[in-house]
Amino acid sequence: MTHTIRLPTILRVHAGGDASVTARGATVGEIFADLGKRYSGLARQLLDPDGSVPVFVNVFLNDEDIRYLQGLNTPCSQPSEITILPSVAGG
Amino acid sequence: MSDELSTIHVSEAIRQVMVDHARDCYPEEACGLLAGQPDGRLAKAYPLTNIAHSPANYVIDPAEHFRTLRHARSQGWELVGVFHSHTHSPAYPSPTDVALAPEPDWLYVLVGMERMDTLSVRGFRIRDNQITETALSFEAALSFESHPQEERRL
Repeated sequence: MTHTIRLPTILRVHAGGDASVTARGATVGEIFADLGKRYSGLARQLLDPDGSVPVFVNVFLNDEDIRYLQGLNTPCSQPSEITILPSVAGG
Repeated sequence: MSDELSTIHVSEAIRQVMVDHARDCYPEEACGLLAGQPDGRLAKAYPLTNIAHSPANYVIDPAEHFRTLRHARSQGWELVGVFHSHTHSPAYPSPTDVALAPEPDWLYVLVGMERMDTLSVRGFRIRDNQITETALSFEAALSFESHPQEERRL
C-alpha cells in the first residue's frame, strides 16, 4: 500500500527537493523504513539511532499526532498522508 | 545588516495580532506562525500556544501548528514564518533562536517587550546560523487584507 509523506522545506534537500514522497508499508515504522531505502539522509532525520522519532520531529498520520496513537507501530490500513513537521521553538 | 531588497509589508492588523498576543501571554513568551500569499505578501498571523509556558523559551504546540498548516493551505497560503516575543530582551534572535531555526526560508519576527509602552517588531532571516535583518514596513490598510482577526485561535 502506497502512502504520501509531506515534507517540510528543511527536509526536502534529502528528497531531491520534492515537497512530498511516497513509500509503502503497513505501519508508520515500515513506511519510514521503506523511505530509508531510497532516501537514507531523510531517514536519518526522521529516526534516531535507537530507532525512535526525535523529539523535535512531529509526525501526523492524516490528522493525528502518532505520539497519541501507537507511535511508529501505528497501523496504516488505508492509503494515508503522513505530514512531517519540525518543532518550532526558540528562546 | 538589513536586506533592503526583501522588505516585507506587514498590515496593521497582522502587527496588532502579534503585539496583542505578546501582551496577552506576558510574562511568558508568546509565539505564532505567519502565512503568506503566493505573491509573497503576508496573509495572516496565527497566535498559538507556547507549550513551554516560559518567559525565556517557546515551543509551538505541534497540534496547533498542524491545524494552522491545514488552514493556511485551505486558503491557498503557505506558512512563511514564525513570530515570538522576547519578554526582557531586545527584538533580536537569541542564540537559541538561531540554533533551533527550523526553516531557512522563513521570516522570523521578534516582538521586543523591554518597553511595554512601545513594543518593537523586527524581522529576520536565519540561514546557516547567520542572522540577516529583513526590513518590515507597517501599513494601515492594504487591499489584500480581508481577514484581519476573524480567527484568533485555531
